[in-house]
Amino acid sequence: MSRGGGAAIVGIGQTEFSKNSGRSELQLAAEASRAALEDAGIDPADVDGMITFTLDSSDEIGLSRCLGVRDLAYATRIPGGGAASVATVAQAMAVVESGLADVVLIWRAMNERSAYRFGQPIVPPGGGLVNIAGAGTGSLLWCMPFGAQTPASWEALAAQHYMATFGVTNRDLAHVSVAQRRHAATNPAAWFYGRPITVEEHQQSRWIVEPVLRLLDCCQESDGGVALVVTSLERARDLRQPPVRVLAAAQSIPAEVEVISNYYHADLTVMPEAMGTARRIYQRSGLTPADMQLAMLYDAFTPQVLKQLEGFGFCGRGEAKDFVRDGNIQLGGRLPVNTNGGLIGEAYIHGMNNITEAVRQVRGTAVNQVPNVEHALVSCAMAGAILGRA
Amino acid sequence: MSDTPTRPDPVFTADAAFFWEGADRGELNCERCTDCARLRHPPRPMCPHCRSTKRETVRLSGRGRVLSWIVPRHPAPIGFGEPPVVVLVALDEGIRLVSNLEGVETADLAIGLPVEVTFAPTRGGHAVPVFRRVGAAT
Repeated sequence: MSRGGGAAIVGIGQTEFSKNSGRSELQLAAEASRAALEDAGIDPADVDGMITFTLDSSDEIGLSRCLGVRDLAYATRIPGGGAASVATVAQAMAVVESGLADVVLIWRAMNERSAYRFGQPIVPPGGGLVNIAGAGTGSLLWCMPFGAQTPASWEALAAQHYMATFGVTNRDLAHVSVAQRRHAATNPAAWFYGRPITVEEHQQSRWIVEPVLRLLDCCQESDGGVALVVTSLERARDLRQPPVRVLAAAQSIPAEVEVISNYYHADLTVMPEAMGTARRIYQRSGLTPADMQLAMLYDAFTPQVLKQLEGFGFCGRGEAKDFVRDGNIQLGGRLPVNTNGGLIGEAYIHGMNNITEAVRQVRGTAVNQVPNVEHALVSCAMAGAILGRA
Repeated sequence: MSDTPTRPDPVFTADAAFFWEGADRGELNCERCTDCARLRHPPRPMCPHCRSTKRETVRLSGRGRVLSWIVPRHPAPIGFGEPPVVVLVALDEGIRLVSNLEGVETADLAIGLPVEVTFAPTRGGHAVPVFRRVGAAT
């Protein structure tokens, strides 16, 4: 029986973001979860739903044993690497509205810098070639024997067609990094706190994948954990924080689209998954791009930000390079983007730290606060949500 | 000629083995639905158009055009001396393939460049389809 009364994010938590956490991924998950439940004012024993990524190494029972969860009623995992990030919110909303669980804990914790290199291929003991970041995210066996062995190269091979079609240069991409590093520079939680960059510094950084990505176009590899608590809007009104309502949340995985080895859909100059997610969340919320005061856009690599700006209708096709060059995505601009510094400037916790920033912005507690935030859009392209005041 | 191949081997999954077995024989092959005759790549056990599981292997012309290109510089791709040019090729028969383009300077790379297949050896004694500019000397 659906209760349908709406869902809200009522707690957020995170560990420090580092390059070497010095403790297990399970401990990071437990610390972030404890912080999110403390933020919400909910006893961890009362958690009865758990959602994470298929790629997360901590298991539900292990985390429940840390938190003293009394009786878990629902647990599930979302596929697709970082495409799982905002999809966890859609899933939590559905679970809460259906009545399957009341207090849903979402977590993602990783030592992807100190314990393994998320962005690099490895040769396992038995031979062959694998990449953790690509596990279960597409047909990467068609890339590995040809030297496209990293997330950066998979993304770049798709992005080059987009960039060549619209005349986007690597220098154009610099404006994304510069804006986000400027945001990170005033965010004490960001790894790049106090370290803004210029376009020239971006242009002097080494090629990772020519002619698309330089070092400063790429997200970090980070150690850390992030957690969210989702419950019913009704219950949310009695909790510690002002509720942040999930006004709409949806996934979109269109035909022939892959997570990052995305070479098979008809028109490579568009991002069908972002367009599909946009259509669903705008339709369900009754809102439009013009109603958003900021956007948190999955930024593993700078071209993804351009394609999402277009896919979510913040500018026209091929216009994103001008949109970012003209300063629109900076604080004070028309649509501030990734105000925490994003995955490039703050940390790469697989997209989850972009969701917590959207929550802080709606609450009005962000360090880089955008004035009068009514609606924040958060996207990982294959999923998206519009968060707003209850 | 005495150089030992270092390129990584392809992964022979059950559904893709025909492709790599063909490459070992110097053939660029594709999967075709026996019932509705449509081609599909990457290979999969069911036709997304008619849902038939009957499939056969057809040989492609090996000609196509560059749709996208990159040179992965860092980290250095495993199994390559010099960073390879990775291309997405739109084959004349209408499917796309990730591969390499050999013998072309990066300054000459462009979307739409006509290319044709050749084959490159891998470290484990297999071969994978790679491309060169149409008409390039062997």
